[in-house]
Amino acid sequence: MMKNETSVIRRKPRKNPLRWVIVLLLILVYAWALAGVPFTGFKETAGQIMKAIVAGIFSPDWDFVYLPEGEDLLRGLLDTLAISVLGTVISAVLCIPFAFWSARNMSRFRGISGAGKMVLSFIRTFPEIIMALLFIKAVGPGSFAGVLALGLHSIGMLGKLFADEVENIDYGPSEALLASGATRMQQLWFAVLPQVLPGFLNYTLYRFEINVRSATILGVIGAGGIGTPLIFALSTRNWPRVGIILLGIIVMITIIDLISGYIRKKLV
Amino acid sequence: MKGQSGASLHQPLTGAGKEPGSGPGQVVHRPKPPGRTKHLLTLVIILLLLWASAKQTDASFSELIEGFPNMLDLLKDMFPPRWTYFDNIVQGMLETIRMALIGTTIGAIIAIPVSIICAGNLMPSRWIYYPARFVLNLIRTVPDLLLAALFVAVFGLGPIPGILALAVFSVGLIAKLTYETLETIDQGPLEAMTAVGMNRIQLIVYGVVPQLAAQFTSYVLYAFEINVRAAAILGLVGAGGIGLYYEATLGFLEYDKTSVIILFTLVIVLIIDYVSTKLREKLL
Repeated sequence: MMKNETSVIRRKPRKNPLRWVIVLLLILVYAWALAGVPFTGFKETAGQIMKAIVAGIFSPDWDFVYLPEGEDLLRGLLDTLAISVLGTVISAVLCIPFAFWSARNMSRFRGISGAGKMVLSFIRTFPEIIMALLFIKAVGPGSFAGVLALGLHSIGMLGKLFADEVENIDYGPSEALLASGATRMQQLWFAVLPQVLPGFLNYTLYRFEINVRSATILGVIGAGGIGTPLIFALSTRNWPRVGIILLGIIVMITIIDLISGYIRKKLV
Repeated sequence: MKGQSGASLHQPLTGAGKEPGSGPGQVVHRPKPPGRTKHLLTLVIILLLLWASAKQTDASFSELIEGFPNMLDLLKDMFPPRWTYFDNIVQGMLETIRMALIGTTIGAIIAIPVSIICAGNLMPSRWIYYPARFVLNLIRTVPDLLLAALFVAVFGLGPIPGILALAVFSVGLIAKLTYETLETIDQGPLEAMTAVGMNRIQLIVYGVVPQLAAQFTSYVLYAFEINVRAAAILGLVGAGGIGLYYEATLGFLEYDKTSVIILFTLVIVLIIDYVSTKLREKLL
C-alpha cells in the first residue's frame, strides 16, 4: 500500500573520483593472493575419495548409531549437546556483569563502558578452539575442557549483545521507582531486569545455536563431543561412518535450530 | 521490547476509557500475569538440563580448581612471548589472509546465482526456491572446520582444502543474507521493466543489481571478516594457514611461541575487522 508513495530512487548519479584507484588496488590484491597459492592440480586420487565419501554418505553405517559398548553416534551427539548447553549457560551467567559494565547508560564516564567493550571484543577475537587447547592443558582432554572453552568464548559475543539490550531500556519504570524511594539494586531488580530478560533469553538461545555448531568441532582437538569419532573415522578412511556422523550432525543442528527458532519467535 | 512494555502500560488505560461507552455487558480483558507454575516448570526443566549436561560432560568444580594452578603455569610460560618467532609465522599469516580472500571471493561469486534461485520474488515457482533454500540450510549446518577436515581427506594437506571449505561456508552465509535482502527490494522498477517487456535476465541486471550492490558488498566483507578468523584455525586439521603453527609449538611445549601466534592473529583480526567495519559503514 505504502509502496506507491515511498518508491524513491535512492541511487545518486555520482562518480567516485577514486574509482580507478580502488579497482587497481583490488586487482593488485587479487594478483598477490592468487600468486601465493601453490596450485599444483588435484591429487589423482581426489576423484575416487570424493566418490567414496558421497557413496558413504548415501550408504551410512547405521550400526554406528547405537553401540552397546559406548562411543557411538547417539552418545557423541548427546555429549556435544551437553557441552553446548553447559557452555552457553555458564557464559550467559558470567556475561551479565560484563554487560552492565560495558553498557553506556550504566556508568557515568564514557571510559568505563569503553573499557568493558574493549575487554569483550578481546575475548571475542580469541577463537574457541584455541581456548579449548589451553583448557585441555589445564583440566586434561575431555568434554569439560570444551565446556570451559565455550563458556569463556561466548562471553565476548553475549556480553556485547546483552549490553546493547541494556542500552535500549526504557527509563520510565526506573525513574518511577526512584521517585518512590527505591535503592539502585531495587531499581535494577524490578525495573531493568524485567525489561531486558526476554532479550537476554533470545540472545542466549541464539548463542546456543552457534555453540552447538562449535561443539561439533571441539572434538577435533580432543575436547569432547562428536568431533573425536569423526576425526578417527576420517583418518581411518571409514567413509560410511563419516557419512552417518555427518548426517547425525546435520539432523541434530537442524532440529535444534527449529526448536530454538520457535521459542525465540514466541519470546520476542 | 519497548513496544511490549508500552502496550502493557496502556492496556488498563484504554480499557478504562472504553468501559463507559461500551455498555455494562462488556467485560474488560486485562492481560493476566503469566502463571507462576509455568515459570517454575521452565526453571525446573532448565535445572534438570543443566544437571544432566554436567553429568554427561564430567564437569566438576574441584577439577577446575585443581587444574587452575596448571593454567597459571601455562600463562606464566606464555609470557613473555618470544618475539623472534615472529619472522617464522609471517608467511603463515599471509597465507591465512590469502586463503580467506580467495575463499570469500569464490563463495561470493557462487552465492550470486544461488541467492537468485532462492529468492521468492524472482523465481516463478515455489518448487524452485523451497528446495534451493533447503539445500542452503543444509550447507549452513556444517561447521567450517568440519568442511576443512573433509576436504583435507579428499585433496590432501595444504591451503587448497582450506580455500574450498571457506568458499562453501561463504556461499551458505552470503547467499542466505542476500536472498533475504532480495525479497525486500523495491518492486517498482521491476514492475516498470516487466511492463515494457524485459525478460528475466534483463530484469535482474537492470532492476535488481543496482538496488542490491551495496548490501551485497557489505555481506561479502562481513563474510571475509568471519573467514579470516576461521582461516586462522583451519591449520589445526591440516588445511593451511597459521593454524599449523599452533600444533607445532604446542606439541613441543613452546608456549612462549604460541603466545606470539595468538597475539599476532589477534592484531591482524582486529585490524581487518576495523577496516571492514569502516568500509561497511561507508557503503550503507
